[in-house]
Amino acid sequence: MTEEIKNSNWRLRKGQIIAAKQMTASEKWFDIKLDDGDLDHEPGQFVQVELYGIGEAPISVCSSPTKRGSFELTVRAAGRLTRHMHSLDVGDWVGIRGPFGKPFPVKLMTGSDLLFVAGGLGIAPLRSLINYVIDNRREFGKVDILLGCKTPTDMLFGSEIAAWQKRLDVNFSCTVDRTAPDWKGNVGLITSLIPGVTINPEKTFGVVVGPPIMYKFVIAELLKKNLPERQIILSLERHMKCGMGKCGHCQIDHPKNYYCCKDGPTFTYEEVKEAKKL
Amino acid sequence: MNYHILKKDELDGFITGLAKKMKVCAPVAKGHDNFAFEEVTSAGNIALNYIPTILPPKKYFMPQREKLLDFDLTAGKPSDTANLEAEELAIFGVHTCDLAGIQCLNLVFSERPRDHNYLRRKEKIFIIGLECNNYCDTHASCALVGNHYPNGGYDLFFTDLGDRFIIHVGTQKGEELAEGMGLAKAAPADMAALDKVRDGKKKSFQNEIGVDPKKLPEIFAKGVDSKVWHDLGGKCVSCGNCTNVCPTCYCFDMADTVNLDLKTGARNRTWDSCQFETFAAVAGGENFREERAARQRHRFYRKFKYPLDKFYRAFCTGCGRCTRTCMAKINLKDTLKALAAESK
Repeated sequence: MTEEIKNSNWRLRKGQIIAAKQMTASEKWFDIKLDDGDLDHEPGQFVQVELYGIGEAPISVCSSPTKRGSFELTVRAAGRLTRHMHSLDVGDWVGIRGPFGKPFPVKLMTGSDLLFVAGGLGIAPLRSLINYVIDNRREFGKVDILLGCKTPTDMLFGSEIAAWQKRLDVNFSCTVDRTAPDWKGNVGLITSLIPGVTINPEKTFGVVVGPPIMYKFVIAELLKKNLPERQIILSLERHMKCGMGKCGHCQIDHPKNYYCCKDGPTFTYEEVKEAKKL
Repeated sequence: MNYHILKKDELDGFITGLAKKMKVCAPVAKGHDNFAFEEVTSAGNIALNYIPTILPPKKYFMPQREKLLDFDLTAGKPSDTANLEAEELAIFGVHTCDLAGIQCLNLVFSERPRDHNYLRRKEKIFIIGLECNNYCDTHASCALVGNHYPNGGYDLFFTDLGDRFIIHVGTQKGEELAEGMGLAKAAPADMAALDKVRDGKKKSFQNEIGVDPKKLPEIFAKGVDSKVWHDLGGKCVSCGNCTNVCPTCYCFDMADTVNLDLKTGARNRTWDSCQFETFAAVAGGENFREERAARQRHRFYRKFKYPLDKFYRAFCTGCGRCTRTCMAKINLKDTLKALAAESK
């Protein structure tokens, strides 16, 4: 007997790519419009992208909810699905489930100074928050953005970053691990930028997003600045397959049994410091 | 709630009568002391004295492979529908360990966002439990977790009283079936016989590891870096048998299949195992549980630590399947004993 499950949580929303751009050799940016209205996400959430016949993968939303009508994804060709996704272009359809996950604690951050630390592709999820803050700029205190990438050509959102640099209400610095002939900026690891930032630990949130290796060193620097553990916000990476706290793939080795997809991906450092791996 | 009586020589009539209403599945002997839940049409096929089946009845609630979506790309813009294929089904002879397993899965899949595939299948399944008057074998640890007695989760529940079964009615649906079959009400003598069976079990079923189950959360809290996990990692071959046969393991994977027209296809769910090497790996190359020791530890914490915090119960039902099936002879009871000994 076949019956239709109309309220199935596995059903997919239909999204059409309305703009796409190859940003670097390995990262492609997509602007996606859903046929049933806005995604209605919050900064830091993710979606499951379905390429029909190929499968699904969790991707962070890199645009702010203040941008209406469509949402953006920046996709690194790292696995089977994301490699296929790079072959998609304007007009192509994808299936979307979500948004999923606990967003950045935007309400708690209101009125506080913000220190953003992004490493590599970490700028993608963080951009959803940075642009949200810029669009609601008067609700937040001082804003510092620190960005690190491997080489100047790996830098994402180049023109947007140039605009951040010009703004008077945002302090932006950036560093590369390895330099290139036309690079005039900082060279070195992202941790080298942190001592130069003045923070008031009582009223600052540090938001850190990057590869697992980066967390240990950046968090140590922030703790040195007396930033309380619960004001350090991270976004962790796991393979979030179902997005509903069930399939088990994203579970974090931690006494609290976190499912990264449901309890995260954003956590305070206080919440996850006992994790076996960040 | 009511108790009814079914004489043993009337069991066949009961099963054939039930099979006229719906598909009936029950434990069937497969040789070499292996049993499996399979469709039956008469009592003759049923193994009433069976040790836990190779796969627990979870296979009826969450099939090994299940379609979640049908999709169609013919129109350019994709469309999809979530179709469920499930039939009315009665499972006969479910032991108390497996009843507990189904109860655990019910909790997991009822949590929001709900899994309607599971929940709708569950609605179609009629559950008839069967009490173990004796231990199945030495691998079971049902008394440790209190599952040697029935703790609900059934429509009807059978206990063997020698020449007859006494049947506890757990639900209205169960009562209607019992009445429809014209089963006699139990007499005071039958109730006394049931009490005697249960009393006898108090002596024969004893905590199998000699560790107070109330201490397990503390033992596991202390045991995160125990040598025990390192030892298990040394033995484990990451085959995933332990999780497949576990009545409370529900981790899954999803994959698409495409039909030959290349325009239609389906999205499917299959059982997965946290013991597989790539289970916690991400596309970028990081693997968050790369070591077998970490994966075995994860399995045990998902039975004895995490669900206690979340659902106030262990997700080990004491069935002993993981120990029976392990090719590397990883023994659940011995592991718990070793961990408890270390924490002293």
